[in-house]
Amino acid sequence: MTKQYEWERFTPAQRMGRFIIYLGAVMALVLSLRTVEVIPEFLYDAPEQIVDLFTRMWPVDTAYYAEGVHSALIETLNIASLGTVLALFMAFPVGLMAANNITKIPVLNWFAKFILVSSRSVNSLVWAILFVAIFGPGALAGTVAIGFRSIGFCGKLLAEALEECDPGPIEALKAAGAPWPSIILKGYWPQVAPAFWGITLFRWDINVRESSVIGLVGAGGIGVALDTSLNLFNWDQVSLILLCIFAIVIAAEIFVTKVREKII
Amino acid sequence: MTNQNNNGNGEATLRSLLIKDVVKEYVAGKPVLKGISFDVIGRSTVAIIGPSGTGKSTLLRCINRLIEPTAGEIVVAGHDMTKLSGKELRKARHYIGMVFQEFNLVERLSVIENVLCGKLGSTPVWRAWLRKYPQEDINRAFELIEKVGLGDFVTARADSLSGGQRQRVGIARAVMQNPHVIMADEPTSSLDPKTSVEIMELLNEFSAVQDVPLLINIHDVNLAKRFADRIIGMSEGHVVFDGTPDELQTSHLTEIYGGEDWLA
Amino acid sequence: MTARSVNTRRPFKPNWLARFGWLLILVYATYAISALDISWPRFVAGLGNGAKFIGELFPPNFERWKLLVENLLETVEIAVIASAFGVLFSLPIGLLAARNLMPPWASWPARAVICVCRSFHPVIFAILFVKAVGFGPMAGILTLIFASIGFIGKLFAEAIEEISLKPVEACKAAGAPFMSVLIYAVMPQVLNRFIGFATYQFDANMRNSTMVGIVGAGGIGGTLFAAFQRYDYDFLCAILLSIIGLIMISEFLAVRIKRVFND
Repeated sequence: MTKQYEWERFTPAQRMGRFIIYLGAVMALVLSLRTVEVIPEFLYDAPEQIVDLFTRMWPVDTAYYAEGVHSALIETLNIASLGTVLALFMAFPVGLMAANNITKIPVLNWFAKFILVSSRSVNSLVWAILFVAIFGPGALAGTVAIGFRSIGFCGKLLAEALEECDPGPIEALKAAGAPWPSIILKGYWPQVAPAFWGITLFRWDINVRESSVIGLVGAGGIGVALDTSLNLFNWDQVSLILLCIFAIVIAAEIFVTKVREKII
Repeated sequence: MTNQNNNGNGEATLRSLLIKDVVKEYVAGKPVLKGISFDVIGRSTVAIIGPSGTGKSTLLRCINRLIEPTAGEIVVAGHDMTKLSGKELRKARHYIGMVFQEFNLVERLSVIENVLCGKLGSTPVWRAWLRKYPQEDINRAFELIEKVGLGDFVTARADSLSGGQRQRVGIARAVMQNPHVIMADEPTSSLDPKTSVEIMELLNEFSAVQDVPLLINIHDVNLAKRFADRIIGMSEGHVVFDGTPDELQTSHLTEIYGGEDWLA
Repeated sequence: MTARSVNTRRPFKPNWLARFGWLLILVYATYAISALDISWPRFVAGLGNGAKFIGELFPPNFERWKLLVENLLETVEIAVIASAFGVLFSLPIGLLAARNLMPPWASWPARAVICVCRSFHPVIFAILFVKAVGFGPMAGILTLIFASIGFIGKLFAEAIEEISLKPVEACKAAGAPFMSVLIYAVMPQVLNRFIGFATYQFDANMRNSTMVGIVGAGGIGGTLFAAFQRYDYDFLCAILLSIIGLIMISEFLAVRIKRVFND
């Protein structure tokens, strides 16, 4: 007589957990669809508007490049790069503070994690708005905004990399009586260095994208040109600018991929 | 070797390790170390044997306070380890050389940098950062690396070495500290039989040359009998045997490890 | 003690690549600072302004909490709807973009779509969609759908390209139709990661949805920008704090969801 075996992929608790999530997701979706305000006339209008938009965007006004776009593109790259460098210097100590194997005081851990969460929760555009209010319009506001936004990203990944370090060498250095700055230098840094550079490159790539739009709120870079052209309804210039943004983003990605292969 | 109290003699105090009633509880009410006492004076090789989980590693780490003992007195080279903290603790640790089971080298650094890590307790941080170690330290590091037979590997990265080679680097690092006591926590457990013998010989040699006591945790009883002057057997948190290898009988081993099938 | 002179060998080869790298960074920083016209006086003046500004931010003013909550809800709605549809669309698009499963005439267009979606910051999409479908959350939803396709699509395609093709081979050998091959051989290997990406993107959509309003695509961004332009800084602070709170909650949820599915 064959025995009846029962096999369940998930325990009842797991099934319940998944069910709650599915239910929650569906409810959220339904509620949102019902309460969101969509104006139907605009929706019906949409295809016509899109066609109209593309007509105005073509042909691309390439003549505008020299006068309006080129220097702005360079400025964008500088904002992205300098902002990333700034973030590196700020993220490193915060990352050290947030790693619970390096900083053993929970209050400091929480404080550092709070800084990192806040930096990530506020969008770079919003940071740009804030810093334009403080420093006035221009690249200074943009650079600082990019820097502040990147602290959270770099700091969080750095803290995670630090927490995953092999504790063995650290133990050995402690046993030899090394002071803690030396332990960080010789025990932790060699282990996290590749991850650190990887994170930096990754963030630089994202920052190029971000820097291209913060100009919309006045923080320098090609976004300023974009904002001007939009306000003047010069759609052919807009399309030129969009193409240029596309180009530098792709160029940045290729650069990052190449550097990654060589160094890491 | 029975206890010799030479506390009046300054020289002997330096090369001494006095342990009295050390207790360690990870969980309250369930002590792992239940009052360990023994003294090691002058140059000798002491092997601590005992089953896994009996507290051998805990004991070693209590000696340099990588783990905090719950109670007891530990006097190394005249310093009461349990009463030190901060800078003094680090200085005291600097004079205890430790060799680890998993070698605990900094993988991405070279052999010589790893050996020089032994000196981090007495090298200012800026020197360590800029790698401007004093010339005598560099000379000594070279000598030690030659001594352990790795003269051709001075600038090789630690993770390119075999297990036996890495342990030699670990030993060179420990000796670099010019320690008053050398401790080894299962130094041969990750190595093959031939390499294990080589490592034990190396440890004994350095102990003789530096003229310091050598404390080794080991679970290979034959290696212990072959290389040690004195064997301490631990079982269930107590010292149950303390004598020369010749005095170690089968009955003692049964008491320490339990069971008889494993005895050849 | 050996008689050989041991200190003639150099123990530390100076790592010229690393030194050059650091020098490059330093030189670049100096150049960039001047190229961007960042001068010390401006910075110091900014700090003064900054202190004044921070003073005006506090205490945060929650008087108009009704408006705040309304817009926050709209933000959440945009994020939820965009995530749902974004995930829905990125599944087939990501599959199409996998070069190990699909022929080039399918994978290249899919990859091109994903590439375009990724390269532009969501704000740019928001501007275009505002022109196309007018102000309001619809533009925001469309924006984030495209952003989701860009992110999830790329990672999903990469995940599929990393799978072992052996189960695919086995299913094909058994004569299974293409869809079945997908379901039984491909999806089990990548589903976990897909859920991870989807959860991450939901979190990202939540963050992005707080700012698409700046260009009129609905959500709290509009309220924020309006408060800023009216110098309503204490209300601005209230909005910022609520955004941070919202993101923290959404991050927390994302972590819990991942935990349930990774069990």
